[in-house]
Amino acid sequence: METDPVVQLVDVVAVLDRFPALAGATLTVQRGEIVLLRGPNGAGKTTLLRLCAGLLPPTRGSAIVLGLDLSVHRQAVRSRVGLLGHSNGLYTDLTVSENVSFWGATVGASSDEIAAALDRMGLAARLSGVPVRKLSAGQRRRTALACLIARRAELWLLDEPHAGLDVAGRDELDTVLRAARAAGATMIVASHELDRAGALATRMVDVAGGQVRSAT
Amino acid sequence: MTASTTQETVRRPTGTPLTRALGIATLIGLAWFVAFGLFLSPDDVVQKKGVRILYLHVPSAWLAYLAFIVTAISSAAYLSKRTRSLTWDRLAGASAEVGVLFMGITLLTGSLWGRISWGVYWVWDSRVTTTAFLFVTYLGYLAVRGLGGTHHQRARRSAVVALLSVLEIPLVHFSVEWWRPLHQQESIANGKLSGLMLFSLFVGVIVFTLMYVWLVLHRQRLLAMQDALDDHGLEFAIAERREEAVF
Amino acid sequence: MNSLEVTRLVAVKDLRIELRSRVLINQVLPFAAIVMVLFAFALDNDGILDRVAPGLIWLATLFSMLVVVQRSFAVEAGDGALDALRTAGVPAQGIYFGKAIALGLQLMVLEILLFGAAFVLYNSRIAAAAGIGLLITSALAASCGLGLVGTLYGGLTTGTKGRESLLPLLLLPVVAPVLIGATRATEAALGVGGISMREGWAWVALLVTYALLFGIGGSVAFGPLVDDGA
Repeated sequence: METDPVVQLVDVVAVLDRFPALAGATLTVQRGEIVLLRGPNGAGKTTLLRLCAGLLPPTRGSAIVLGLDLSVHRQAVRSRVGLLGHSNGLYTDLTVSENVSFWGATVGASSDEIAAALDRMGLAARLSGVPVRKLSAGQRRRTALACLIARRAELWLLDEPHAGLDVAGRDELDTVLRAARAAGATMIVASHELDRAGALATRMVDVAGGQVRSAT
Repeated sequence: MTASTTQETVRRPTGTPLTRALGIATLIGLAWFVAFGLFLSPDDVVQKKGVRILYLHVPSAWLAYLAFIVTAISSAAYLSKRTRSLTWDRLAGASAEVGVLFMGITLLTGSLWGRISWGVYWVWDSRVTTTAFLFVTYLGYLAVRGLGGTHHQRARRSAVVALLSVLEIPLVHFSVEWWRPLHQQESIANGKLSGLMLFSLFVGVIVFTLMYVWLVLHRQRLLAMQDALDDHGLEFAIAERREEAVF
Repeated sequence: MNSLEVTRLVAVKDLRIELRSRVLINQVLPFAAIVMVLFAFALDNDGILDRVAPGLIWLATLFSMLVVVQRSFAVEAGDGALDALRTAGVPAQGIYFGKAIALGLQLMVLEILLFGAAFVLYNSRIAAAAGIGLLITSALAASCGLGLVGTLYGGLTTGTKGRESLLPLLLLPVVAPVLIGATRATEAALGVGGISMREGWAWVALLVTYALLFGIGGSVAFGPLVDDGA
């Protein structure tokens, strides 16, 4: 296997309001891998993703993302990773294309890039002028992913991407995620949808008690 | 910090030989100050016994302003990378707590004294108004300290808020002074106080300063112990959390 | 991406959201207008109303501002956009000045309405032609100061639950100099309260100083206050 690690966590402890959500997590993710995190609720999956996104600091241990130490360079890491959490991070009063343009503009993306991002998520024609407020849950999720593409995120951190979507929405999402995999995206996905996310993943790991173990 | 040193920290009381000596000195000083303030100093010609409120009012005001200056300096020290330490943060917090208490006493005694000497509890003088604003601002500061998060999150957030109030208070003082330029007579400098009265005030300021140092040292150590307890709890929590893992 | 571009981007985004959702027009402006009517009920005397109109205008501005500030950050917190902005690594200064500009502009709209309400309800009139310039300049300076300070403390009190109730306690003491300064300048422009035009301009100088100091302080402080990650 090639060794171009995008994420290297060694014995990381991360504390949320006095609670050690991560209690010695160790995980390495290579470029081009799609890693599925599975585990019960409260296992630490969301915290692991938020840590990799640079949203909270490691209390102990070493955490390196995209070659940058998270205890020092969180700001630099943030601009290069994309987190899609429980909420989509969209401005619901703005249209799809306004949202994607806004996030694209934060990295100086050209209008061609914005159009390409919308196109890849199947949002180009009819939907681009619709306010996010009026979209279905699946369309919102795709808009959020288009924002990640427009922002040129090198590492995608997806937290329960299938949650709250109906079957059609999940199928739509799977289609665009498979396309992203084909395009060489690196992803860490936390999911209970083992069938769907498992088919997408190149590797599975188990998360429990704030620790990570390779799935057997 | 490892678990064993944390435990030692927890067992240690907040008193040390230095603070015990300081505490004894403060108590003796207070007794001496009470003797001067209540008995040895003479009544005022106009205000009679009422003048004795000043002996509580002036040292309290001095202590309160001293406390907020210490909070501001400690906050700046925490934010500066070279001197970043949670000790500065706890010093800032302890000092603000003591400061708020004595700012309350200052406002209370001030309005009582105002009633005796000017016939009203409150005057819109810039000194009085600024003091009231400082009181409310630091209540807000203490609320911000209680917002939660890790120790360093708390420290950074509250240090920034403390420094913002350093920006705010002079602006408030200046605008109130400009708004109501009618000045009350300085209570000490108007020359009506006798030598013994001034000496009693002087004793009060010294004794209150000792008391401030004493209180803040203890409070700061207590806060350090609370933080250590949190860290100590964290060790347990991590161990407990690791137990949860059933792969 | 530099802070200046982010400033423009965020300001345009906030104003566009306001134009779409019309919270200012449909909710805040009616609230401000009813406050002006209630003041008239509380101070049922024409002579008094005319005299205290400048103070009431600015008091109503401050109260309405609390709503606008909360709205400005609810837009970010609602769907996790603030997290997204943090994750995007966008310069905090850009977010700060962008949101402050949008807030300041909304406050100016609010002030125009409140002056109109005072004109109609309290029979307030501008004393002399020179008063118009003073009125506009002081409202501009006050809006800048309020926008900067409101964004700063709005950022601090956003995000975690239970923090919203802290906003008035933290914000109202800090904006007291703006209330005093803007009220005096408005009194001078309206020719009430015995404040000369010259004094009115001096108060404008105070408002400008205030905006400058908090603009500098806020641009440094906003990042650490909003970003809880350290």
